[in-house]
Amino acid sequence: MSEIIDILKGLDWSPLFISLKTGVVATVISFFLGIFAARKVIKRSPGTKSVLDGILTLPMVLPPTVAGFFLLLLFSKRRPLGMFLYNTFDIKVVQSWLGCVIAATVIAFPLMYRNARAAFEQVDINLVYAARTLGIPDSQIFWKVVLPTASPGVISGTILTFARALGEYGATSMLAGNIPGKTATISQRIAMVIQDGDYKTAGIWVIIVMLIAFVIIFLMNLISSRHMKHVERW
Amino acid sequence: MDINIKIKKKLNNFDLDIDLESSDKRIGILGASGCGKSMTLKAIAGIIAPDSGLINIGGKEFFNSDKKLNIAPQKRRIGYLFQNYALFPTMTVVQNIASGLHGSKEEKAKRVSEMITRFHLEGLETQLPRSLSGGQQQRVAIARLMAYEPEMILLDEPFSAMDSYLKDQLQQQLSDMLSDFDGTVILVSHNRDEIYRFCSELLIMDHGKILSHGGTKELFHDPDQKNTAVLTGCKNFSDIRIIDEHTCELLDWGTTLHLKKSIPEGTTCIGYRAHYFDPVWLSEGETPPENSIKAELSDTANLPFEINYYFRPQGKVQPGNPEKISWFVRKGGAAGVIKEKGLPDYLKLDEEHILFLK
Repeated sequence: MSEIIDILKGLDWSPLFISLKTGVVATVISFFLGIFAARKVIKRSPGTKSVLDGILTLPMVLPPTVAGFFLLLLFSKRRPLGMFLYNTFDIKVVQSWLGCVIAATVIAFPLMYRNARAAFEQVDINLVYAARTLGIPDSQIFWKVVLPTASPGVISGTILTFARALGEYGATSMLAGNIPGKTATISQRIAMVIQDGDYKTAGIWVIIVMLIAFVIIFLMNLISSRHMKHVERW
Repeated sequence: MDINIKIKKKLNNFDLDIDLESSDKRIGILGASGCGKSMTLKAIAGIIAPDSGLINIGGKEFFNSDKKLNIAPQKRRIGYLFQNYALFPTMTVVQNIASGLHGSKEEKAKRVSEMITRFHLEGLETQLPRSLSGGQQQRVAIARLMAYEPEMILLDEPFSAMDSYLKDQLQQQLSDMLSDFDGTVILVSHNRDEIYRFCSELLIMDHGKILSHGGTKELFHDPDQKNTAVLTGCKNFSDIRIIDEHTCELLDWGTTLHLKKSIPEGTTCIGYRAHYFDPVWLSEGETPPENSIKAELSDTANLPFEINYYFRPQGKVQPGNPEKISWFVRKGGAAGVIKEKGLPDYLKLDEEHILFLK
């Protein structure tokens, strides 16, 4: 017991904050991008829709290391885009916290997009028609009618996105690396301490991750039960 | 309010082609499911755009493909009552009613409270639509569209998803609520009772086209086409071969009609409503009366207030499978006599009730 307290006292807490910070920023970006993409894709014809849908979902289906490989190809300082960003704006993506955010966003975005799309597709089109005949401007219909009606799906999508971004490992380790205090997230720290044979520290991080996961599941259930009050259970 | 609509639109399985001029204030559109009725309403409201044509309502031009004119639904002032009412599920009754209103907060609140009183929604102000009964939802939907002060109201099958008891109540409620509405109302339905009850003018639609257009009572009493007769509820039809002005052979029913009236030119078919047959019992050696069908019972359906007999016509009938003749007998009326004397030998047609169709 005293050993665990000693480890806790000496623990470097930076991975927790790096993970949370990365998760929040990636979720905020995915939230708006996902809703935007979902709105655009829904309005397309079935053919275009399935192509776009495939491209937008790909990062979720590919192994994260493959996504990481593509991100490296794109952002490496020896490549045109990476070179351009570094020379013009002094922005470094590889081996930086920005890399963590980009990797987490790319991997988690499809969850937001797919959940938002499914939620919007469930909204009765007659609600939109009714809003139009009642004189509600087209620009307001989405925010006043569609989004609130789709909110349960959108909210659970957001939580799943956050969870995925928080736990991202493969693409992050390739793009951002594992620099302590800078890009070392919880997942990367666990992998590292296990390699060093330090199972006790790994265990503590595992407990922290499990607590976070539990809170996320609890929140999701809370939200869905609030929206399901009127539904008979079986 | 004058209505002038000429529109064409290509749909998946047929083309919508509507040509309608009317100045009636209560218009009904009757047609089977999927005949383009709702599409026509949506085009009038501006929710969908026709491929070509024009829509003029009350002297205002809403759509004109030649001028590339298509006024947004927001600017048409047309109230649309959807089949499921399309109340916004996340908004309370008050928010639903206020959703389309413009102006200051006080003006909106005043208008909403007027509507709450007028449509008897007191006490439900903060409820969400899902906790309301069907009748309350309908009142909220009407209050919401009336708050917007429409110049015209479109009713899109407002009762089709209801059980018959509720339907009757809500039809009365809707008819009350619309009685002091001064503008034009168009009701779309596949239910002839609804149409008969609400509308003074009737359009019959089939496969995207208007088959008949006229006064509701006239069209029900004297439809000129077979499809129209079917939609107004006529059950029995027989193809005919005209022999002379007063005589024709009923090809599906194996008999010949001798009429006092002259048969209108171009008649290819007659219709006869299931309520109007006269039963005939023959004693030994008696000859069957004129204009009657010898029929053999094939099926019976026992309904709450009537019995529906299905007969298979006998004698020389067209090859193929001629349709059965349907005869409705009111319980407490002729049904008692049938119980006593057995089924009639012949069904007699009354000349007054024969529909001459094309």
